[in-house]
Order: sequence, then C-alpha cells, then structure tokens
Amino acid sequence: MLKLYGPCDTPGSTGIAFCEPTLFERSTPGRVGCSLGALDVPAPAQPPAELRRAADAAWPEVSEVEAMRHFVRLSQYNYNIEDGLYPLGSCTMKYNPKINEDLCRLSGFANAHPADEHQGLLQLIYELQRDLAEIAGMDAVTCQPAAGAHGELTGMLLIRAYHEARGENHRNKVLIPDTAHGTNPASAAICNYQVVPVASNEQGILDPAAVAAACDENLAGIMITNPNTLGLFESNIEQVAKIVHEHGGLVYYDGANLNAIMGITRPGDFGADVLHYNLHKTFSTPHGGGGPGAGPVGVKKHLAPFLPAPIVVRDGDGYKLDQDRPQSIGRMRAWYGNVGVLIRAYAYIREMGAAGLRQASEMAVLNANYIRAALQDLYHLPYPVPCMHEVVFTEKDLPNEIATMDVAKRLMDYGFHPPTVYFPLVVKGALMIEPTETFEPEALDGFINALRKIHAEAQADPDLLHHAPHHAFAKRVDEVYAARNLKLTADME
Amino acid sequence: MRYIPHTSEDVARLLSAIGVKNIDELFAAIPQNLRFAGELDLPAPLDEQALTRRLSGLAEQGCCRATFAGGGAYRHYIPAAIDHLLQRSEFYTAYTPYQPEISQGTLQAIFEFQTMIARLLSMEVANASMYDGASAVAEAALMARRANRCDKVLVSAGLHPQALTTLRTYTKWMDVQLVSVPLAADGRTDLAQLAALLDDKTAGVIVQSPNYLGVIENAKAVKELLAGKKTLFIQSFTEALAFGLYAPPGETGADIACGDGQSLGIPLSFGGPHLGLFATTKKLVRQMPGRVCGQTIDAAGDRAYCLTLSTREQHIRREKATSNICTNHALCALAACVYMALIGKQGLRDVAQANYAKAEYLKARLAEVGTLPFAGPTFNEFVWIPQAPADKVLAALDAEGILGGLPLAGFAAGLDNAVLTCVTEANTREEIDRYVEIVRSV
Repeated sequence: MLKLYGPCDTPGSTGIAFCEPTLFERSTPGRVGCSLGALDVPAPAQPPAELRRAADAAWPEVSEVEAMRHFVRLSQYNYNIEDGLYPLGSCTMKYNPKINEDLCRLSGFANAHPADEHQGLLQLIYELQRDLAEIAGMDAVTCQPAAGAHGELTGMLLIRAYHEARGENHRNKVLIPDTAHGTNPASAAICNYQVVPVASNEQGILDPAAVAAACDENLAGIMITNPNTLGLFESNIEQVAKIVHEHGGLVYYDGANLNAIMGITRPGDFGADVLHYNLHKTFSTPHGGGGPGAGPVGVKKHLAPFLPAPIVVRDGDGYKLDQDRPQSIGRMRAWYGNVGVLIRAYAYIREMGAAGLRQASEMAVLNANYIRAALQDLYHLPYPVPCMHEVVFTEKDLPNEIATMDVAKRLMDYGFHPPTVYFPLVVKGALMIEPTETFEPEALDGFINALRKIHAEAQADPDLLHHAPHHAFAKRVDEVYAARNLKLTADME
Repeated sequence: MRYIPHTSEDVARLLSAIGVKNIDELFAAIPQNLRFAGELDLPAPLDEQALTRRLSGLAEQGCCRATFAGGGAYRHYIPAAIDHLLQRSEFYTAYTPYQPEISQGTLQAIFEFQTMIARLLSMEVANASMYDGASAVAEAALMARRANRCDKVLVSAGLHPQALTTLRTYTKWMDVQLVSVPLAADGRTDLAQLAALLDDKTAGVIVQSPNYLGVIENAKAVKELLAGKKTLFIQSFTEALAFGLYAPPGETGADIACGDGQSLGIPLSFGGPHLGLFATTKKLVRQMPGRVCGQTIDAAGDRAYCLTLSTREQHIRREKATSNICTNHALCALAACVYMALIGKQGLRDVAQANYAKAEYLKARLAEVGTLPFAGPTFNEFVWIPQAPADKVLAALDAEGILGGLPLAGFAAGLDNAVLTCVTEANTREEIDRYVEIVRSV
C-alpha cells in the first residue's frame, strides 16, 4: 500500500503533512533563499523609467530551508519508478541508471556553452548518431529533435522535402493505422498533410490489401508504429512497405516501441525510410515528470540531404558542426539537441553493448508475455496471441460493469502505478501494460496478484473500485471540475 | 547486466508459465527473413569505472572556461539546492502526471511554475513548458494564424536567428507568410517599416526583447501601432532575467509571451535541454499549445491539481490539436520553479541589477578599445566592434581560456567585425578586467 498521510487542515501536525501549502501561502516578506554577493562593479545609471518594470514579480519569499521542505514534501506525493512497477504501455518506464545522472552533470558537459566547439561533446554526439543508426539499420541520424513528437514532425518534414525535391509536391496523403501513436496525426497536420486512417485487421495488424486500397497517386507516405500499440508486431511490414514504395510513398516508422526489437530485427532492413527513437523510452533516460526527452531521427541515404542543419560530422581527426546543407529542412529548435539527455543515452548504450541491448528486448518481451499468460483467464485479451513488449487487455466482461478507470485507480491502493488506460482507441476500455525488462519476476507477481484480487473485488464489492483510490495521496481527482472552473495560476479568479 | 534482474532460473520459470520452450518462440510474429543475423556492431560494453573514465575524458575537452558568450544561452548562478531536488527519484523518474492521485507533487510544482512564470512575464496564464524558446516562437506564430484565421506574420529582424530558422521550418507548409521587419540604426525594430507592413491580414507581429543584438525594444510603441487591430502582439525573449529590470511582455501589451527560460536555474549543457516558456491571456487560452495544469478538488473535497484543457491536445483532438507537442521539458520547468522560489522577489531585482551593472561596466571599458554601434539600452549583452579583427580578438581570448562572445559576421550589414558579448552575475570583476586587458593587447 502507498504511504498514508494525515488530514490536511493542520499540515505537519498529524503524521506526514498531506496538504503542503503553495509557495505563495508559505511566503513571508523579508525571507531570502539565495546567496547573491555584493556588487563588485560600480552601480551604473539606470535605464529610462518608461522601459523599466513597473511592478515587482511577486515571486515567493522563502528561506532555502523552507523551499527544501516544500519541494521534498511535494516529491513525496509522487509515485516513482523506484516505488515499484510503473507499467505504462507505450511509455517504456524502465529504470534510470544512476551513473548516467552523474555523468551528464560533469562540469565539462553541464557548463559547456553551445558556441564553444566542444570536441568531446561533438564526438559523443557523432558516436551516438552512429550507434543509433546501427541499432535501427539506418544510414544517418540527427539528434536535434527534443521529443518523440518533435521527431515525428522532423520525419514528416523530411518526407515532404523529399517529394518536393522530386517535383512531386502534389503528394499530400498520409496513411495512419488505427494502431499508431496518438501524436502521429497532429505531427502530420503541421506538414499540411491529409490524414487517411487505415483500420487494422481482425488479428490487430495491418492488412496489405487495406493499405493498397488506400494508396493512390497522392500518397506521401505511411506512419507505422511497430510493434504497434496493441503490442503486436506488424508481420506484413515488408509487404506494406513494398506497396507504399510502389506508389511512390515513403515509410515513416515510429520507433517509440523499439524496446521490443533491439538486436532482433532492424526497421531499416525492411523498408523504413525514416524513423524516430525515443531516448527517454528505449535508452533509459528519465521521463522527468513529462520531459525532457530526446527524439533523434534516422533516415536512409535518400533522405540524408534533407536532415536538419547543423549535423555533427568528422573533420580530419576531429569533429565539426556541418551547417552547409542546402537541401536541409532547416532547424527544428535552437542549438543541437537535448545534449544532457543524449549523454545519458550514450552512456547507457556504452554500458549495455550489443548483447545487453538484445537481452533488454528479450526480457521486456518475456515480462510482458508472463503478465499476459497470468491474467488472460480473468481479463479480456482481444488478441490472444503472444505479444511483444506490451500487452493490451480490455474492460470487456469485467464483473458488475466495472470500468478500466476503476481498475486503474484501485491498482494504486495496491502500491502500483496503473497501466496506460483507454489507449489504443482501437479496442474499448484498453488496459495497456508494459512492464519493461527492469522489473524482476517477483515484482511482476505482486502486480499480477493485485489485478487478480481486484477482479475478485469487482465481483464482491464494486463500490470499493468505484471510489478508489482509498490509500493514495489524493482521493479520486475531479478532472471535469478543473476544466469547468479553470484556475491555471494562484492568481487566476 | 545490473539493469536486468533476470537469472537463467527466472527465465526458465517465466517461459514455463507462459507455455513456450524458449525466448525465440515469443518472437514468432517476426518473419524469419526479417530477423537480424549476428550481433549489432556497437562498441564493447564498459563497466562503470571504464564508462566514467571515458565520459570524463570527453567532458574535459571543453572544460573550465570563463564565458562571455550569450546569444540565447546564458551562464548564471544556479543555487546548489536545485539539483538536489531534481535528483530525487520521485521527481525525475516519474512520467507525465496523467494519474493525478499519485502525481500531486509534480502537479503542484507545475501549478506553482505556471503562477511564477505568469508573474514574471506579467501575463494571465502560462503553460507547463515547451521544448525551448525557438520552438515556442514557432508555436506562437501558428497560434496567431489559428486565432486570427489569416496568414501573414511580421517578424522583427532582431529575432534570434535560430528562432527564425525554426519558425521557417515549422511554418513552411502551413500557409504562413513570414515578412521581415528590418532594424533601425539604433539596433531596434524599425517602427516606420513595421507600420508600413502592417495590414488587416496580419495575424501576428513577433518582436524579441532584449533582441538578438541585446537591445531593449520599444514594445509600448509597437503595441500602439497595433491599437484597434486584431493582430496578436507576440513578444519573445531569450533572456528571461531581463524582466527583473525591464518591463515584462504583459506590461507592454503582449498577447503572447514566449521564449527561453534557461536562465532560470538550468545549466548550459551545450544548448539543451533548456526550457521553452509560453504565456498568454485568459481570452486566448484555448488556442494555447502544450500541457497545462489546473487546480481542482478530489472526491474528499480537498484541493488537488490535474492536467486540464486536454481537449486542445493531440491525444484527444488528433490532427485538429493546437500542437503536436506531448513530452515537454517538465524537469527543466521544475528546476525553474525551484530557482524562482529560492531567488524570490528581491533576488530577481538583485540578480537583474547585477547583470545590468556588470555588462554596463564592461561596455564602458570596451568603448576604450572599440566602438559600440547601437545606442539603445541593453541588459546583459551588447554589440561592440573591436579595433583589431574580431577573429583575432576572439582567438586571443580563447588562448587565455575565455569564450569571448559570438561573432556577428553575416547577421546584418555593417556587423562583419562585430562581437556579441554577454556579462552575467557569474562573471567576476577580475574576469571582466582581464577580458579588457587581453582585447587591448591584440
């Protein structure tokens, strides 16, 4: 069970405080939390009054001691990866190695100004580009994109630039299977592409005939997530890619689920023209409560001229930033990428090596199938076949019409983070479970036992689930109230 | 492998429970002809000590410099307490707080972040972060197009060149017509030209202040030109601490304030991850890109927080979303949140004054050995033209372990020998004097 805290009317007086006040409620005029020395240069004439700030920014006034207490308490209201299983499907919540946190903070990295042509960092980025290309079977990689969706946008812009360079700008249709990631349509839209959905077949994968039927002379490409969001490998991927290529389209491969296939199969070897990597999923960099991640993009040779500038290249014995890329789609952001994240991923790949990465994928798939096998008698499995790194159950046939959300919230009472819920949309009431390789079998057993008990509770006492969580940091949070009574800052009425 | 717990006994037990003979059976869905034969060609694995030696060796290749370079990335004092909080697993290993009952810590911190950013920028609402300033500017242009249903966006030539190229990339296929507004002789946006280019089809005007040349724009005068028009005034920035001294976007009439918050407690890290900031008005909030956290109640009636307005976002609205952004820069936002709490109301004034005073000090001294082409007021960076060739000056500083600034050759006419130099509270007077001595010796 999760930690239990006392009532919130008197913070700190009953057990551990539950309702930590806001910083603004804690603020006391005159308190100082920083150490800024006296000015060691003469005080200058002030700029003209009409350009100066009129009213102070009311940042709080707290000592360092109070600030630390405030944020440490807040941290305790979070579930984290070291509390236990964090089986969010499609999110790949694996352990974040501690040494990598230390390495990205080395002074020579953390304090490097991007205008300094730092040879060590350029070498690191160059080698990471090379290793990522090898892992997915691509020819060239850019490390600029800041996140998966940013990588998707980069990839789709590359496809747009490729067609434009060939005088085929009329191609404006992108096929997106119903088992693709949620960000795909929004990324395609920024390229002014028209999104054409393609339904998966009764096996939960793409049917080459369905893809062929959707192809015409306006086809720009297809965005495929593989393994798809049902946790199934698209067995027809080679034919699908062939059909798309025959119609002059390109294959965008959403690599968010790469954790299932490292060293086992390479998208670049069976038709992917462009692919993004999620370093914050597959390569163990932390999710940070929502970011920053990194979404490098790999391409085959025919797309390489269009990669964002600059890109890191060899320069004699050293490395340099190549800005001279006339066909480039341009920049996706300032500077070169989320280097702090790239360092962590580089360190991970260097410690794991080829065999370690393959083992990670094998154990991720083993763990997911273990959960599948242990729960399929109680929870509806829409596609009863071995899965890859994640397994999707649904709410169908749960006792007393218990919904996915009730199961998810009740899992918190057993000390687990819920799986991804209501996604993918292709099944109703999805429970999408991705355990990753970094949890031992005993942790999986605890999770499985909890879900089995919850199933029994659904039969015996459905209200127990309707009102869950009972032992989390907050009772069930009213998200509708938040949208109807919009309060986005402490000052907003 | 220390990150994978499974022993061979564990593997055997799991395989048996699944009912398969070996691991390979689990991959049966992958056709044999698509299997990768052999082993990936990656460097041999390193143990922790060897890994540390290797990375330390790389890190040292750019270490220990005094930095006078800004141009969108600033070296500032970062209170040590910040990183101690960032390294709490509860914060850095957590996912996006989609399950609010067990994510209240992250959510309350985001709510406090949004509040403090809104107060800094003097805007009504702020989102939970974007990737960086450049992509935030691009998103602002797309938002103006959406809000006004017209396609022309005027862009001051004082916009950071990387933000401009990012803006071009983002808008290339989106029917946005970008029109550049030149700078006047004082280094500020030419208001007469701006007025001439402004028309009823102008969705937005983007002006960066301090601009790329470090000069403070006359934002109030720009706002006056927009009076009575639907055109959105987009004020961008790369140096958020300037608003400890100068009028923030909200005080000068911005409809959207966007830019980089790296100066708020985030290390340089060779250009990323930094922190995109995005703030707007209550009226425009439903057009805003990115995640946002709101205050609410839980089933017991207690105050709680959750992500809200998700009907704008990609996972609900698909291709009609306000942006494709999903993962943002949450942990950088947390760093900024702690920074703003520690620096506080008085600290913001003090740190801004220190930047201004030190930059003014170096500026006055460099006037002895070069010229200052722009008369407009500045914050912590400014343009100067050395008497000697700029590359020689920068090389001489480099030889003494000083990153002397950014060369401006190619940015605008007349700046071929100009240098953009930045001084922050992290530069000591001793360093500044040394800088001048070296320049004088070239």
